[in-house]
Amino acid sequence: RKVTVEVLDHLERLALVDFRDSEGIERLQKAIQFADQLHEVNTDGVEPMDSVLEDRCLYLREDDVTEGNCTKELLKNAREKVEEYFVAPPGNIPLPKLEERETFLQGS
Amino acid sequence: GAWKGGLRFQVSAALKEGRVTPTELCQRCLSLIKSTKFLNAYITVAEETALKQAEESEKRYRRGQPLGVLDGIPIAVKDNFNTAGIETTCASNMLKGYVSPYNATVVQKLLDQGAVLLGKTNLDEFAMGSGSTDGIFGPVRNPWSYSRQYKEKSVPKSHSEDKDANWVITGGSSGGSAAAVSSFTCFAALGSDTGGSTRNPAAHCGVVGLKPTYGLISRHGLIPLVNSMDVPGILTRCVDDAAVVLGSLAGHDPKDSTTIQDNFKPFELPNLTDVSKFLIGIPKEYHAPGLSSEILALWSKAADLFKNAGAKVIEVSLPHTRYSIVCYHVLCTAEVASNMARFDGLEYGHRSDMNKSTESMYAATRREGFNDVVRGRILSGNYFLLKQNYENYFIKAQKVRRLIANDFVKVFRSGVDILLTPTTLSDAVPYMEFIKEDNRTRSTQDDILTQAANMAGLPAINVPTALSERGLPVGLQFIGRSFQEKQLLTVAKWFEKQVKFPTIQLEEVKRHNHGVFQHQKSASFS
Repeated sequence: RKVTVEVLDHLERLALVDFRDSEGIERLQKAIQFADQLHEVNTDGVEPMDSVLEDRCLYLREDDVTEGNCTKELLKNAREKVEEYFVAPPGNIPLPKLEERETFLQGS
Repeated sequence: GAWKGGLRFQVSAALKEGRVTPTELCQRCLSLIKSTKFLNAYITVAEETALKQAEESEKRYRRGQPLGVLDGIPIAVKDNFNTAGIETTCASNMLKGYVSPYNATVVQKLLDQGAVLLGKTNLDEFAMGSGSTDGIFGPVRNPWSYSRQYKEKSVPKSHSEDKDANWVITGGSSGGSAAAVSSFTCFAALGSDTGGSTRNPAAHCGVVGLKPTYGLISRHGLIPLVNSMDVPGILTRCVDDAAVVLGSLAGHDPKDSTTIQDNFKPFELPNLTDVSKFLIGIPKEYHAPGLSSEILALWSKAADLFKNAGAKVIEVSLPHTRYSIVCYHVLCTAEVASNMARFDGLEYGHRSDMNKSTESMYAATRREGFNDVVRGRILSGNYFLLKQNYENYFIKAQKVRRLIANDFVKVFRSGVDILLTPTTLSDAVPYMEFIKEDNRTRSTQDDILTQAANMAGLPAINVPTALSERGLPVGLQFIGRSFQEKQLLTVAKWFEKQVKFPTIQLEEVKRHNHGVFQHQKSASFS
């Protein structure tokens, strides 16, 4: 069962990471094959486990402000900023379609 | 030096008595870091701040008011922990130049105890790997590659350069930290452990590597890989030292809601002489394919050691062991897909020049910032999380996780106190051989004996046991019950005492040999 180009394209959009070359795609195929071994295990009646600490109560602290006011510190690490804003390129523009993108998948 | 296995100088005592000063100790370590630069164990050496910390410590000792056993002790931290004012890179282009605005809780705790932070150690990029070979700063070399013990066993080559070509890996992903401790450039180091990343390099570098119970030590400030499995790891030269470091780190942290709220009391390890009350379990599934006959023999010898000392030793079964790696593969990539989403160039780290749209900027940033291993795991993770796959892969893996965890519960419930297993399948392989296989294949092979403890959240420790035929360290692993670190470390300490693992004989260390440096060569600081 091979992964379709549609799924690969979909993954590139979701992950915002690209399959740089055929090795990347092969890597995914192998990863899926490897994961398929899970289906050998009988898990009837078994609940999924989110955390090994599932039997304990999660700690919730009081809703008090204990720290903050570190705008300057935090902005130090950003490359593009204006006053107290992080600056992003225009949004609401989807990634170009497969044919227009610089991606290895174009060949498929 | 006159140091012999079994006799221990106590650095802390020496500091207290004024036989050595914190600044002297710090300078020795910094100097040794320089002369062992070829190991590539450190990414950043924080020389100025370290010396300042040492000076402050010295003032406290002169006043007769040291903060504790760790005051003035040089330590190193894996470069995936945030350290205020010091670059934190995760060995990735994505975070090159990133200077943390805060200290990870564990780092803060060590500094509050007066420890001297020498620098940040090398790792596989974003802690993904089992060799410490896949970071942007290059691979870490195992100090034992340069030991007399290894060189004696190597086939002699015609040129002196060739000795370099045969160097072996540290294991990973906390290879830098393991190498730093192993080569005496620090007395303790922090690593992280998600699938064995502290215990694996500990075994290959001949040091103690402790993976604490999940929830015991805060992960705040540890750049996350797998939130449900990551723990900070402790690397030291002896079990007593690991107990001291554990004592300063464990306990609830309001900044990490996955730390348990139970009161944690630091403990001193008793000098156990009678092991007859212990029931040691030997899980038969850990006789994994590929386990070297050497390690199998050592494991067997260790079991006999316990038997002859009066302990009860029985074979047990953890039937789902062989699915642990597959399960890990799915859960890890899924959590990685989520955790790596934060790296988009907007707030910190690398940012691409691509400016057409937010999405294309993110995509270009991540394309430029991450290596193949990281990108591969993100893509796999996203695949397993797709709507059509979620139930069959992610949820399925979570169910298998419960089965793996239950295997341990059953065994411990039957009365077993501690499990004894090998840590790695073989001793450290030469780098040239290691890179012949890809990262995922290697990780799959190398994590097989360590991963299940992360799956179940249990504490586990590597204790250096003996040298292989090639003159390289081999360790054995003890796995304990949840939050029973005291019992685990007590047994580990007893075992350590029995096996008397030899000291590494390094030329560089010998060259620094004079009075003060005796403390360097001693195993412990506590």
